[in-house]
Amino acid sequence: MELVTIFISAVLINNFVLHYFLGICPFLGVSRRIDSAFSMGLAVTFVMTITAIVSWIINHWILIPYHLDYLQIVSFILVIASLVQLVEMFIRKTSPPLYQALGIYLPLITTNCAILGLALLAALKNYGFIQTIIFGLGSGIGFTLAIVLMAGIREQLDMADVPEVLKGPGIALITAGIMALGFLGFTGMLK
Amino acid sequence: MAEKTISQEFAKGLWSENPIFRQLLGLCPTLAVTNAVVNGLAMGAATTFVLLFSSIVISSIKKLIPPQVRIASFIVVIATFVTVADRFLAAFFPDISKALGPYVPLIVVNCIILGRQEAFSSKNPVFRSIIDALGMGIGFTISLLILSSIREILGSGTFFGMPLTGAWFKPWLIMILPPGAFFTLGLLMGIFNYLDKKRR
Repeated sequence: MELVTIFISAVLINNFVLHYFLGICPFLGVSRRIDSAFSMGLAVTFVMTITAIVSWIINHWILIPYHLDYLQIVSFILVIASLVQLVEMFIRKTSPPLYQALGIYLPLITTNCAILGLALLAALKNYGFIQTIIFGLGSGIGFTLAIVLMAGIREQLDMADVPEVLKGPGIALITAGIMALGFLGFTGMLK
Repeated sequence: MAEKTISQEFAKGLWSENPIFRQLLGLCPTLAVTNAVVNGLAMGAATTFVLLFSSIVISSIKKLIPPQVRIASFIVVIATFVTVADRFLAAFFPDISKALGPYVPLIVVNCIILGRQEAFSSKNPVFRSIIDALGMGIGFTISLLILSSIREILGSGTFFGMPLTGAWFKPWLIMILPPGAFFTLGLLMGIFNYLDKKRR
């Protein structure tokens, strides 16, 4: 039951984009078309889940036993950067179609604050191993949900009559605000 | 690119290349920590500190870094200074550190810092990089202050934690919640574009 709660809370209530404001750059940058938004979401979900696992292992098996938690930031970011590189090489070798779909988005993920945010938040919340995996998966799905919804709205927005000065990021941010307002409604789901 | 004077180098971070409104970099901390002016100021100061010292280090050792691993090296330098800032805040300003939570460590992935190293410090002499970093950092801090002032005054009726409005003002709770951050930044961006257009 607790795992379900963590999952739902990560997808809907504490949505990474709309609640923690993590991953805003790809959220605004790659949300012009639904298919590319979906690929980005998939890539992020994939890397997030793996990051959650690896960062938990590093944190609980190396950093905490040796009292090195002040190295958290440095070690997490290095792990994420090399992990992304590794995942990219692995996908290119094993699954060319998947590489075609995710390819250009993978390097961008290194500087996506959502990934590092996930590792740090999971460490902060003191989740166990299984909980961390669920948290990572849920957060990735939440990110995908938000970015795909946003892309859907923006495709329609292209045809709308937006004031000249608000075109581009301005109207995108206001749209995101309205979405965040809608997602606030989910807060009541969990007590 | 024409050589800029020192003052132009500094001023570009404030307006024409303002990191938030012009380059749309570093939006995550911008939105997340601006629910109170104190947090915005702390975030701005921490980011400026990290930006300044990483710029100094990277522009000093730029000839030693092989181009293939430059991004990784930049990140290690940045992460080191972020750790310093994080520990400093935790030791001397525990309340602020608690309020900012994971967003202090997240300065590592703030695109402004990596972006300035890649675009500027790795190509320019130390002094110019310092000026550039200061301009960008102060431009970022000012933007955070504007955003957080609006949100704190409208959202809690206070400024720097001091009550500002009388009892007649009912604070707009939405302004300190996530949607308020998006609305305020979106509208500010519109205003910024409008002013910029008028100036030309």
